[in-house]
Parts: sequence; structure tokens; C-alpha cells
Amino acid sequence: MNVIVNGKPKQLASSQNLSDLVAAFCKQPRHVITELNGAIVPVHQRAQTSLKEGDALELVTFVGGG
Amino acid sequence: MSWSLSSVVVEMTDTPLVIAGKPFNSRFLLGSGKFKNKKDLSESITAAESEIVTVAMRRIDLERHEENILEYIPAHVTLLTNTSGARNAQEAVRIARLAKASGYGQWVKIEVINDSKYLLPDNQETVKATEILSAEGFVVLPYVSPDLYAARALVKAGAAAVMPLGSFIGSNQGLKTKEFIQILIDEIDLPIIVDAGLGAPSQAAEAMEMGAAAVLANTAVATAQNPAMVAQAFAMAIKAGRLAYVSGLPPKRTCAESSSPLTDFLYDNVPAN
Repeated sequence: MNVIVNGKPKQLASSQNLSDLVAAFCKQPRHVITELNGAIVPVHQRAQTSLKEGDALELVTFVGGG
Repeated sequence: MSWSLSSVVVEMTDTPLVIAGKPFNSRFLLGSGKFKNKKDLSESITAAESEIVTVAMRRIDLERHEENILEYIPAHVTLLTNTSGARNAQEAVRIARLAKASGYGQWVKIEVINDSKYLLPDNQETVKATEILSAEGFVVLPYVSPDLYAARALVKAGAAAVMPLGSFIGSNQGLKTKEFIQILIDEIDLPIIVDAGLGAPSQAAEAMEMGAAAVLANTAVATAQNPAMVAQAFAMAIKAGRLAYVSGLPPKRTCAESSSPLTDFLYDNVPAN
């Protein structure tokens, strides 16, 4: 299935849920915050959040800043 | 007669810095941006004895699996997430909500900038974002240009502190806005934390002597040849400045006033050379 992750088109296996997606892209998933189609998905709901064709995802995290 | 230094007891009678009811022993907030590597950051936090460290939020890099910065910030440190990248109140609110969803982001430094030349904060949008986020239970520390009316509006909006800029971000120019910051210190009943532009420990000490509650530095530490050493120098200067402020420094005078007595000379009628 085709989704948009951080503005870039990505192809995923149809069985992947949000938790799998985060684990695939991030070393420390617990420091990542996810938005699915503009709405924040809390960490504890990721595993139950299935993805579908055309979904737009944002994966954000903390970086250095003043 | 001899006397030893130990007979002179200097008691530093200072109270902790309190923000939103939380006490801090350190009055040095450290920014975590621009460090060459995460080891420098980690060592600088230790040397600075900082208890509040700012971080930013960004999209993760999908191509590079980087170590997260949070792994390098000690657990006892309060994270202060900035809203850098926000150009208006709405964007700042979104960033703050994302940070909060992580479980670490209750404390937020509102930073709304929509001018790329001077990087000056937009005070009006900052007040709006402060109002919204305070009502949602965030501890809000807004970064502003030092303006009395904006600061009063921030008090009303529920800010936990006010963070006026000393000079342009990253400029190392020091307290260019000194007179205006002094007005905030004198008139606003919230901690005033001088943020942005402090390029040397002496400038941080100057801010503390004026009565600032704390200072925030980033560029001056992160881009120094030895960041941890500068961090320690800042920490010492901040303590010195604070001690001087609490001691009640005498005011400046326009004329000379002798430090030695001007009467009872050892010799009367000494001929002038």
C-alpha cells in the first residue's frame, strides 16, 4: 500500500500497523510522536492503529534547539 | 594577632528559582542546539549544572537512524520544548501539543518567528499561543522582544515566566536591550529569564546583577572550542551575578567618592612635591 511519511511517498506491506512503521524508521520509537492524517495518535494506541492506502503520516521527535 | 579565613562565615542566603511552583537550584538554562556532537552536549549540561534544557521538534530523518537527543539529557533535567519553526500562534500550539503527546513536553518555550532576517519573535502571536496553551495546562515560557505591554499581556495570558531577548539570536552581542529588560524585571511579577544573544559569561553575570531570575545560553556554549569549559564559566558567572544582586549592590555615582578617609592624615602640612 502507498502512504505518505513525512511528506515522502512510501510503500508498505499491507499488514503493517503504525507501531511497525515507527519501528522501521526509528531507533528509539518511544521518543517519536505520530500524527495520522493530522491527528495525534498516542503511543499506547499505535499497535492497534492500522494503516490504509493514501494515509498521511508525520513522525516527529526531539532534536537539539535553543 | 592573626585571623583565619574560616572565621569569616559568608552565608549565601538565596532562594531557589521557582517556575510554576517547581524549585530549581540552577539559574542557568542551556539550549541543546548547534553542538558538534552529543558528547559535548552531555558534558556541557553537567558542567553547566543546568536543570532546564531546551530542545526543538522536527520530522525524523527517514534515511538516517540517529541516536535521539533525549538519550543524552539526564533524567532529572526538565525538558523545555521550544516551538521553533512556528510562524504564528496556531503552528506554535500544534508543536506544543505534539511535544506533550510524547509524555515529556509539559514545559514549552513559545518561539514564534516569521522574519528570517532578524529572527525577532512576534510578540502578538506569542501572547495568543500563551493564552491557548496555558489554558490547556502547559507551563508556558514565552520568548519575546522586551516590551512592557507584551509582558503584561503574557502575565494575563498565564505565562510561567517571561524570556526577553538580550540581542539577536546567536549574535553573541550581549545585553543590547538592557534598559528594556530592566523595566520587565522591575515591573513584572514573574521570573524574567534573559534569552538569546548572550555571548560571554560576563554578559550573563551582568544580566543576573540586574536582577534577572535566570539566563539561557546556547550558541556561546555550543560553538565554543571547548563547550563544557565555557558552560562551567557561564555557571560561575551566573552564580557571581546572582550573589551580587542578592547582596544589594550600591548604585552608580557620577562623581568620585574616596574609599579612604580624607581626614586625620598622619602628617599635617606636608609640602606638596
